[in-house]
Amino acid sequence: MNDIIISVSELTKRFGNFTAVDRISFDVRRGEIFGFLGANGAGKTTAMRMLCGLSYPSSGNGVVAGYDVLTEGEKIKRHIGYMSQRFSLYNDLTVGENMRLFAGIYGLSRKQTEQRISELLMQLNFSSERNTLVSSLPLGWKQKLSFAIASIHKPEVIFLDEPTGGVDPVTRRQFWEMIYEAAEKGTTIFVTTHYMDEAEYCSRVSIMVDGKIRALDTPSRLKQQFSAKSMDEVFRTLARGAERGM
Amino acid sequence: MRAFIVLVQKEFLQIKRNSFLPRLIIAFPILVMLLMPLIMTMDVRNVNVAVVDLDRSTTSRRIESHIEASKFLVLTQVSAEYQSALKELEQGAIDVIVQIPEHFERDMMAVASPPRISITANAVNATKGAMGMQYVMQTIAHSLNELRSTKSPAKFSDMITVDNRYNPTLNYRHYMIPALMIILFILICGFLPALSIVGEKESGSIEQINVTPLSRLTFTLAKLTPYWLIGLFVVTVAMLVAYFAYGLVPVGSVGAIYLGAILFILTISGFSLTIANFSETMQQTMFVMFFFIMIFMLMSGLLTPVDSMPEWAQKFTTILPPRYYVEILRSVYLKGSSIAELSTNFIALGSFALIFNTLAAITYKKQA
Repeated sequence: MNDIIISVSELTKRFGNFTAVDRISFDVRRGEIFGFLGANGAGKTTAMRMLCGLSYPSSGNGVVAGYDVLTEGEKIKRHIGYMSQRFSLYNDLTVGENMRLFAGIYGLSRKQTEQRISELLMQLNFSSERNTLVSSLPLGWKQKLSFAIASIHKPEVIFLDEPTGGVDPVTRRQFWEMIYEAAEKGTTIFVTTHYMDEAEYCSRVSIMVDGKIRALDTPSRLKQQFSAKSMDEVFRTLARGAERGM
Repeated sequence: MRAFIVLVQKEFLQIKRNSFLPRLIIAFPILVMLLMPLIMTMDVRNVNVAVVDLDRSTTSRRIESHIEASKFLVLTQVSAEYQSALKELEQGAIDVIVQIPEHFERDMMAVASPPRISITANAVNATKGAMGMQYVMQTIAHSLNELRSTKSPAKFSDMITVDNRYNPTLNYRHYMIPALMIILFILICGFLPALSIVGEKESGSIEQINVTPLSRLTFTLAKLTPYWLIGLFVVTVAMLVAYFAYGLVPVGSVGAIYLGAILFILTISGFSLTIANFSETMQQTMFVMFFFIMIFMLMSGLLTPVDSMPEWAQKFTTILPPRYYVEILRSVYLKGSSIAELSTNFIALGSFALIFNTLAAITYKKQA
């Protein structure tokens, strides 16, 4: 089995004259929790959308789960889960109905669907909320549900775009427990965040500034490299030079 | 297949949970079919007639009483002054003035060039003016014929027979009901799926769909299937209302109406989905849809006959799908035409359905 699950070289996205993502290159290993950091407007979401087959790169190459981001976007989608920055499940469906819908879309049979739903509901401690409309759930629960649905088909990689934005500390903690649990089972996690304490939980971290990757290593080595006490300091040292989004 | 089934279920659940849509889908066809035929009528009624009677004879009285008896005309006044009647015509109180000259009765038979009755009509509303004038002329001709028949053996009216084929009572409603059905389809099967897709864009849920391996065709078909079924429900309701409220039964086969309905619904929903694929917001979709719907309603012969349009416009109607379905509906309802006789129309609709649904699937971009 290939050890590298995401391999990106010189990946670029331009919108007119604006270069949102500027020739980024990196590899992500199978089973790691890869933190994808950067200030607002640094190009994180754009880069992630290219890796998920939602957006075509302007130039450069990328391979996700063995498939080319340029030509095999639909094949990539079979092997990944994606949780958007903006809550994007159906508010007018219940928890169970949302799960059933996406399980069905990913081609799980009726029996597999039922099994997977009760498994996930157990894991989330959600069994009593199965028939609750999603619109009436608190934000933290919605985010947990989004994560569960991103992993409903047991994908190889899960992309999480600011999954804990606006979530309270307790729920945030539970959320990261879920992430760890998934990573232990061998799922690769690709996550963006603005919380530097969360960055410390990652196996490796990249920091994007103005569309470019300025640093990439384990949190401890990054701290060494920038002779900083915390990831927060590392981030601020790098982000200070940013020209956009500040 | 499993994906298709869960998606269709999801669409129905969403429609059901919507506080407004289920009511709209049931009430709208009933209301439109019940009320609109009463309102949208081009039959001219209540034409106000003033008679300026300078003759004051048996003949002029007879003319007046015939005008009074007509169900289209209202005799508002009989006076001896043309000027005051004209003033009222200008003010809009009356529509037609009939002036009967002095000694009309006396000179009618005797003199070589008999005196003339003059009719003045307010033609600001061209239809009402022209039709009103015609009704008045017919009524007067009828009165004079009655008089003449006492002297000559053959009545004037016996020399002409009128036969309005297919719509024997010249009922404008029978002409309008098919047009109303089409308007219902455009609104329910055209607007709703487009708004549903753009709604998903606005709420962001389409992104969660786009990141799955779901095929564009499956998504498009699943989005449209519920509206196709709703469309068939709507045509059934519309036909029932047309029958119970207006006694209108298709002379031809109901099957032809349903086949046409299926093709037309496919066309219009595929069309609207294509527009939705190019729109980012609900407003944008609404405006673009309105633009096309104006053209569909006013140019495809729903309200005015295609044959009386300028030639370039007649050519243009060949690319308007509603034109073909309204022809099918009218021919089947009023003339009893068969599917074979209308095959060109069915083929045209079928082609439109294919083109627009293919376009809808192609223009839906999962990856930008």
